[in-house]
Formats: sequence, C-alpha cells, structure tokens
Amino acid sequence: MRRVGPFILERRRAPSRAVVIGVSVLAVLAALLVMAIIFAGYGVNPWHAYATIGKSTLGSRYGLMEILRRTIPLLLCGVGLVIAFRAQFWNIGAEGQLLAGAVAATGVALYSGIPGPWLLPAMFGAGFLAGAVWGIIPAFLKVKLRVNDVITTLMMNYIMIYIVDWLIHGPWKGPTMRGFAYTDIFPKAAWLPTLPLSRVHWPTLVIGVAAAILAALILSRTRLGYEIRVVGESEGAARYAGINFLRVSLAVMILSGGLAGLAGVGEVAGIHHRLLSPTQVSMGYGYTAIIVAWLARGSPLVAIVTSLLFGLIFAAGDVIKTVLRMPFQVTGVFNGLILFFLIGVEPLMYWRVRLLPKGERWTGRAGSSGS
Amino acid sequence: MAGTNEEGLVRASSYTSPMLVMRDIVKTFPGVVANDHVSLEVQAGEIYALLGENGAGKTTLMNILYGLYRPDSGEIYVKGKRIHIRSPRDAIAHGIGMVHQHFKLVRPHTVAENVALGLAGTPFWQPARVVERGLKELSERYGLPVDPRARVWQLSAGEQQRVEILKALYRGAEILILDEPTSVLTPQETAELFKVLLHMKQEGHAVIFITHKLSEVMEVADRVTVMRRGKVVGTLPTAETDKGSLARMMVGREVVFRLSKGECHPGEEALVVEDLHALSDRGIPALRGVSFTVRRGEILGIAGVAGNGQRELVEVITGLRKAQRGRIIVLGKDLTNRSARRIADAGVAHIPEERLRMGIVPGMSIEDNLILKKHHRPPFSRGPFLQLRKVHAFAKRVIEEYDIMTPSPRTPAKLLSGGNIQRLILARELSGQPGLVVAAHPTYGLDVGATEQIRQLLIKQRDSGVGVLLVSEDLEEIMALSDRIAVMFRGEIMGIVSASEAKIEEIGLMMAGERRQQEQPS
Amino acid sequence: MDWQSWLIGIVGRALAFGTPLLWGTLGEIYAERAGVVNLGVEGMMVLGAFSAFAVAQSTGHPGLGILVAALVGGGAALIHAFLTVTLRANQYVSGLALTMFGLGLAGLLGRGWEGIPLKQPLPSVTVPGLSKIPLLGPMLFEDQSILTYIGLVLAVVLWLLLYRTRWGIVLRSVGESPATADALGVNVFLVRYLAVIVGGVLAGVAGGYLSVEYRPAWTEGMTAGMGWIVIALTIFAAWDPLQAIWGSLFFGALYHLSYRLQAWLPPELLKLMPYAFAILVLAIAGLSGRRRGAPGALGVPYARGEK
Repeated sequence: MRRVGPFILERRRAPSRAVVIGVSVLAVLAALLVMAIIFAGYGVNPWHAYATIGKSTLGSRYGLMEILRRTIPLLLCGVGLVIAFRAQFWNIGAEGQLLAGAVAATGVALYSGIPGPWLLPAMFGAGFLAGAVWGIIPAFLKVKLRVNDVITTLMMNYIMIYIVDWLIHGPWKGPTMRGFAYTDIFPKAAWLPTLPLSRVHWPTLVIGVAAAILAALILSRTRLGYEIRVVGESEGAARYAGINFLRVSLAVMILSGGLAGLAGVGEVAGIHHRLLSPTQVSMGYGYTAIIVAWLARGSPLVAIVTSLLFGLIFAAGDVIKTVLRMPFQVTGVFNGLILFFLIGVEPLMYWRVRLLPKGERWTGRAGSSGS
Repeated sequence: MAGTNEEGLVRASSYTSPMLVMRDIVKTFPGVVANDHVSLEVQAGEIYALLGENGAGKTTLMNILYGLYRPDSGEIYVKGKRIHIRSPRDAIAHGIGMVHQHFKLVRPHTVAENVALGLAGTPFWQPARVVERGLKELSERYGLPVDPRARVWQLSAGEQQRVEILKALYRGAEILILDEPTSVLTPQETAELFKVLLHMKQEGHAVIFITHKLSEVMEVADRVTVMRRGKVVGTLPTAETDKGSLARMMVGREVVFRLSKGECHPGEEALVVEDLHALSDRGIPALRGVSFTVRRGEILGIAGVAGNGQRELVEVITGLRKAQRGRIIVLGKDLTNRSARRIADAGVAHIPEERLRMGIVPGMSIEDNLILKKHHRPPFSRGPFLQLRKVHAFAKRVIEEYDIMTPSPRTPAKLLSGGNIQRLILARELSGQPGLVVAAHPTYGLDVGATEQIRQLLIKQRDSGVGVLLVSEDLEEIMALSDRIAVMFRGEIMGIVSASEAKIEEIGLMMAGERRQQEQPS
Repeated sequence: MDWQSWLIGIVGRALAFGTPLLWGTLGEIYAERAGVVNLGVEGMMVLGAFSAFAVAQSTGHPGLGILVAALVGGGAALIHAFLTVTLRANQYVSGLALTMFGLGLAGLLGRGWEGIPLKQPLPSVTVPGLSKIPLLGPMLFEDQSILTYIGLVLAVVLWLLLYRTRWGIVLRSVGESPATADALGVNVFLVRYLAVIVGGVLAGVAGGYLSVEYRPAWTEGMTAGMGWIVIALTIFAAWDPLQAIWGSLFFGALYHLSYRLQAWLPPELLKLMPYAFAILVLAIAGLSGRRRGAPGALGVPYARGEK
C-alpha cells in the first residue's frame, strides 16, 4: 500500500472480470487517441478519418462483409495462438504456418490430380498437416535442445516466405502480370464458395468458429487441456506431476500450426484462387493474431470477439489506403500501439486507487485488514 | 559512518546509549498487519535476539531496518539521531548490515566481486583486486576464513554465510542483522558462528539475530524480544527467563515439546535404495553410493545440512532425476529411472520441498490442484476427458477433511496461506492411499498450528502402515518424528541409528562428516 | 575468379555486412546482461535506418544521419525500458510491440523517400599503409566503413567494461541476481534503463549504417529480419562482446554468400540461408549447453518483493 499525494494505492489481489474488460477497453481507446494524433500529423482530420472508416466498414453491407472476410484468418490463427500461449509456447510463427498451409493447398489444387469433390477436403487436410509440421519443428527444438521458441518460430516465417517466393518464381510459376508473379489459377473445384456479393468464404469461417468451441472444450474438459494449462502455469509443477513436456508441446504446436495452416488454405482457396507473393497472401495475419490471442486472455471463445475487432482494423486499413490515401502500414502502427497500451495498463488491473478522505491524516493504522 | 582506523577498516564506535532504537513501527500488507506498533532498543556490544515463529513479523521488521521495505509509520534512531531509511543504500550508509536467510549472492561471481558490488571508494578499474586484499585482513580479524578468488557456487553454505558477513563488515556495519543464520549450518558450524558473534560483541557491534530456535536464544543472546502476530509480546534479558516461558510467549499457550507417538511396527519393505549414484545440476556427483531401507509403518528421517545430496536423493526416488548407478525398489517393484508418473502411479506420495514452484500450480484453482498427479487416471479421467463432477466432489470432501481454509474450491491456489497450501498438498498426496510417502521439509516456514497438524498427519500415515521417508533440516523435528535416523553428508550415508538411542552430539558429528563407528543393520 | 580475389571478396564483405550485426548484438548483449530481453531490436534498427536516411538525404550530412539514428534507437528503447522496468510488463510482448510499431511507423513515414538513392552516402575508408599488406590488406583495410572499425573497437571496449571494471560487476550482478544488487544499494532500475537504452542506441546505429552506407537507399523493411538474427547471435556469442565479433563475421559471410551463389542456385532459396543458419546455430548452442551462460535473471521483471 502506498501513498502518492492525495491518493492511496492499494494492491488488488486478483482483478475481477469487469476490471479486466474495463482496462482492456481503456487500452484500445488510448491507442485510438494516439492514432488520431498520427492522422492529424499526416494532414488528415481525425474525426473525418474515423467517420469515413466507420461508414465504410460498419455502415455498409460490403464493409461488414469485408470485416468478416478479414476476421476468418485472424480467428483461425488466433485460436491456435490462444492454445499455444496457454502452454507458454511463444508461437510467433503463425505467419509461416499460414503460408505453409497455403503452399500445401496450392500443391494439392494444381498438381495432385485428386478428383473434383474431394479436392477441397484434401486441400484443408494438407493445409492442416503442413502448418502442423511447420509448427512442430520449433517444438522439438524447444523441448529437446532448449532453443528459444520466439526465435525459431520467427526464423521459420522468413524461411517459408522465401520458399513461397521461390515457388512462384520457379517451379510453380504461372503467368506473370506486370512484375507480380503468381501460380496458375486453381480449378473451379478448388474454389471455396463465398457468401453472395462478398469475399467471405464461409466454410472456413464455420471451421474457425468450430475450432474456437473445440479449443475451449479441449482446454477445460480434457486431460490434454489440463496438462496444457499446468505446463503453461508452472513448469516446475508440470515436471513434478510427471507431465510429458514433449507430448504436450507437440500437441499444442500441431493444433496451433494446423489451425494457421487452415487459415492459409482459406486465403488461397477462398480469396485469391492461386498462390501469390507472401505479403499478398497474408498481410501480417499471423502477427496480428498474436494480439488477437493476447487480448483474448486465454479464452478461445473470447478470441472470436477479438478477431472481429482486428478484422475491423484490417478492413479500416483498406479504407485508409484507398479513401484516405495513407499507407497500409498505419495498421502496423496501430497494432503496435494497442499492444503497448495493453501491457502498459496491466498494472492498473492490480492497483486500486482511492482518494484519501478529506481532512484525514494518514496514520498508518490499518482499520480493516480482513485475512 | 563508523570511525575507521589506520588500515581504513571498520572499528565500531563505543557509544553507550542505545545504538539503535526502533519506535512504533507499523507495516501492513494487503490483508495482514505484519508489524503492529513494534518498538525495540539495542545497545552497542550486545547480542540481541528477535524470537518468534514463522509469520510473526521479525523478518519484516528487519527488512524495514535494512531499507528493503518502507514502514507505514514509526521512527528509527541510530546513535541517538533520527534517520530515514529509504533503501539499502541508506541503511548501509548508517552502518546497518544484513545477512539474509537466503543469501543474496551472485553465484557465478567470485567472493571479491560479490563484496565489491556497488561498493563506494573502490577504483573503477579492477576493483576486485583491491577488495581481495582488504578481505584478507578482515577475515583474519573476525575469524571468518574464505578465499576471495573462489566462485560463490563452489562454496559451502557455511562459507557463503561468511562471505555475507564479510560483505557487511567491509561496508562498515556497526549494526549487524542475521536472519535465521543457523538454518543452513551443522551444530559445529553453529558453534563457530556464535564464537564470531561474541567476537563482534566485544568489538562493540550491535548484533541482532532473528530466530525461532529457543536453545540458540538462551545460548548466545543477551536480551530477547518475542514477537507474535506482528506485536511485541515482551522484551527481557535471557538471564531472567527460560525456554518454557519464551515458548509460551512465542505461541501464547502451553507448548508440548515432544510429540506422542505409538510404538513402531515395521512391516515389509516400502522402499529399498541400493548403492545409488547421481549427479547434481552442475554435473558433480551428488549421491555417492547411498543405500537404506524404509519399511512400511516406520518413519526414516534423513538428517543433514542442506546441500549434501538430500534434494537429489528425493528427486531420484520420485523420478525427477536420473540415477547413474544403483537401484530403487518401491513396494516390491524395481522402478529405477522410471518416469515420475510411473512412480507416482505405483503408490508413492511426494511432498516437495519447493511448495510454490513444484507442489502447486499457483494460478490454477484449488480443485484443479487437488487432482494434479492423478488427473490422468480414473476417477478423475475417463479416456481423454476429465470427469469434472467427480473432481468437484473429491475436492469438497478433501477440503473439509484436511481443514483447508478457503472461500471456495475455485479460488486460485496462490491466494492460500503457506499452511493451507501445505494442507492442500498433503490432501492431494495422502488421499490416494500411498504405500510410501516422501516428505521433504514438510513444515518449513509454517506456523506452529500447521506444523503440529502436519506432523500428526505423518504419524497417522505411519501408524496405518505407510512407509515414510522424512527429509528435514530441523534436527528437532527429525528426532521427534523418526523411528530411525540416517545422516547424509556429501552424498553418502554416514550412519543409521534408531531414534530412541540417538544422541544429538553423535548426529551432529555425522552431519559434519564423521562416519559412525559401528554399522547399524538397516 | 581466382581464389585470392574470392577470399578477399568474402572476408571484405563479411566485415561490411557483419557490421550492423555486430553493433546490434553488442547492444543486445548489454541489455540482456542487465536481465532485459529486447525483442524490439528489429523495430529500432528499421527506425534507425529510416531516420538516418531521411536526415542524411535532407541535410547532405550522412554522419548527422547516423547520430540521429542513434538518438531514435535510444528513444525507442526508452519506451521498452519504461514498459518492462518501471511497469514490469512482459518483456517479450513489449519487444514485439516495439517491432510492430517500428516497422509500421518506418513504413508509414518512409513513403516518398523510397527508391531515391542517397545523394551523399557515408564514404568508405581505406587505411593507408595497412591496406598494402598482401592479401590481408585488401581483405581488411580497403574500402571499409569507419563504422566497421569503430564497431570492432567498441566490442573490445565493451568487453573490458564488462569484465574488468566496477560498472561491469554492477551490470552483470543486476542481470544475474537483481535482489542481491538491490540489497547492496545498487539502483537496479537505473542500471536496466541505461543498459536497454545503450542497446537501442547501438541498434539505431546498426540500422543507420544500412541505409547510409551499405546500401545507400531506403526501402521498406530493408532490415529484413536482421534484428532477429541479432537476438540469435546474442545467445550464440554467450553474451560475450568479443565472441560477438566472430558471430557477426560468420553471418556477414553468410549474407554475402547468399548473393554470390545466385549464379548457381535460385536466389530465393539462398536468401533463406541466414535464417536457417540462425536456427542451426541456436540448436548447436543448445547441444553444447551454451545457454547456461545466460544471465540468471534474464527475462524476469524485478520487484522488490513487496507482497
């Protein structure tokens, strides 16, 4: 307990849900405020900017569909990352795992010769597998050789980016158009259906929501989920309890990588219908999903909400680029800001600020000290 | 600052009024008043004991004196002058030094580097060299031999403590605080420490030592302040009191010194350890041929100063560490180097030394913690799914049975008090009807109520035919609870004696490395 | 191409390309020695690269650009220090946020500066006399950046500071056991702040070097993950400034090879060499137990134990 001027700061033992939500909202608002300043610095009226964004995203059917479309990969990656973070596995590699899934789907779509109706399920399966494989390599390294998971997953991103680059410029090169390389267009059987007049490839969305529910069930009601939670909370206790680290890490990364892989399948099969350069397939979904998962504070179901929020931000980024003529990187700045404020306001969750009643001197007598 | 003689080293001043006065100190933490208007006075040239059980507030008070905490209110006077201590830097500047219970040393660095850390007046370039010279003189003067070039992790606990004391003296400490200094020492090392303290008393220092051990207070202290639940119960010269009165003041009621336990009826072998060899974390041999047996229905106590292989022994037996050589036969089955899960499933309960880091998952609920090692088996699991209803029921039953005080089974375990955490661990481990219980320092840091309860639980297990392996640094506890006592020193068993015949001097010698003359059949 | 010019080319370019890696690694070593992991190196480097370019392009003084880059890097590091040391936030997340923010901000501000080569890049230096030594001369002393030589000297100076001075004892102790340092009156917060800021300053210079000398132009994302390699190198160098020299040289050579071999192998696959090697290098470090050299309190926020 500390006294600062006319206030008393008391340590809170465990923040209530209302406090957590309130503080998180505060962080988002603070980021919006700083963004307004950046808009102003760029010569754009912040009110006008936010109004335009609001109208073009939330105010029109097309806008809403765009939000949804952006949400899909964020949801899939985000749920996967929630699982990983619960086990304290810092999977920064969702970007690479997503691309791995995209590559696998492309391979199946263009070169596997699988007949029509089986093509899409095969693509999803291959995508999940590819993402899972890309994810378990860092898991092995972490458990067997104690190699830092942040760096390995990150490095795997870059490796996969260059593999995609190589594929579209090399063996899988399709027609080139004005300097942008991409593969051949997928056969129609490999195209995901979309909601009318939009780019929302709804099967992937359904998979995403199902994944969120399943993840929540796994974490709370299964043995594996229990062990994931123990490993994430206390390595010492997990060891003591005889939990097999390798098994848990592999399971976590198969799920996390696999879900990101599915997101990649969705992007190439639902939006682009071909494999493009890595930055066009994923405009940072894997990295943004980190914030989606962080904000969800460990709950796959809450990730549905937070992925919608960031779907909105992505869609806003599009509007900013096309209508307001500011570069898309603005979203990167905003993401960074949100993350800053999220971790910056965390102390607020643990400290309660009270006003010292007027006229009372701080005598140090502890009146109510319930045990 | 203390006056310095020609060599630039410390000589405590001879000041006749109280060297230190702490008046009306109040310190609260959320939910608890750690110090409730505590006052004390210490003279120069005296050894002053601060006595109380765990949680009484003694360490908090001294942490305030050393600047690690700030009091909510109260005053501190050193040599008659009111001072404000905002950080250890201020405390050191006023001649206050502290030797903490858990040494604050940088293990990979040398002794000289540790002493030189943050020390004013040393040169910018290679300060450790200058400190090495100064250390040689200080250690001779006070009888604290130590090699300034040695790395701290290579030193024994006793030697590390000497470094801590030298660190304080080098900075001109006239008031020296020692927090539970004998908890890591053998009886012989304790005697040497007391000699050093007496020497300091003669040199005019004020020595304050925090302890919960009555015999030490009576042996070496001039005066004692007894604290209980944050308040001072009384202050008196040790010459005018005795252990019984002090104990009563400490606890507030009559204290029974010897636990009553029934006769020992040993049954078949619960644990056989044969020629066990294992390495420590640093790769040096920690167990060098350990052999003993624990039978069902008896308590075998492992005595010894911490750091002689006890931790590694417990870890090997419970499957948390690899044995290089040797065998472990648990309840008839050879489980050497099997996984921790396999050993736990075989009926071995493990009450770990590190409660918070290993024994519980602090962030998870009490309920979740109660199924920790058995979560993968029926009744708590069926196939891949948890049986949550059975978990709830079990938790409710056990919380009541073991007196775990908590507002709800869903409360996060980290919010429990130390005693309740241990009750939780015991509830979990003992409810599975184990055949062997391995208890490592089970009452460490707990208040008297919890300590008694846990000791009774262990005796109950033993009476119902369970074999108990008890590892503890508290020699009194070992002697009170065990049926047989084995003493470990540097990874070997020095001897095994039956508790009824054991003499504390003999055990003390074994703890220090003397092997027992006749081999007792184990 | 005879083997001599080949060797000269590789070592020479390894030095050149290793320079930003060396500066970045030295900075990260100091931050981590104090116990703070800084994953924001990538963000600081790219901000340094952009600000150096912008200043150099508009003022015509490349040296000024480097200076500003140092300040910008230090400023960004201040944010990280505030979040992790004062607010005790999760160090990994704070660093990631800084990188996201840095990359985004640099991309945002960099529009309009792209594609235009720097009018006045930092001139390269040829050491008179020494450059005439056969083989070694052209390898090490011809056409190098002054920042390369400063970097090498800096590595030695930082090593001496770390292991032979009073400050070094304080820094290492804060990273190993902040409670110990605190109990002796060391201002742990200040030491950590300074170490992190030093890390940022050096990272900023590393980025500035890229845009003002090595490839005097600005492109978005021109640091291309170098910041992450720096973090891997810190571990590989066992937090020792002298060992950082070898690590940066090795990776400098790798980067250069990935260009050189483009005649024989697909360029994209070559580009992934440094990242794959970073993983390999860490795996080897893990096998040999190098991770044991990590500062004991690395990654853990320090609080004085107030309950």
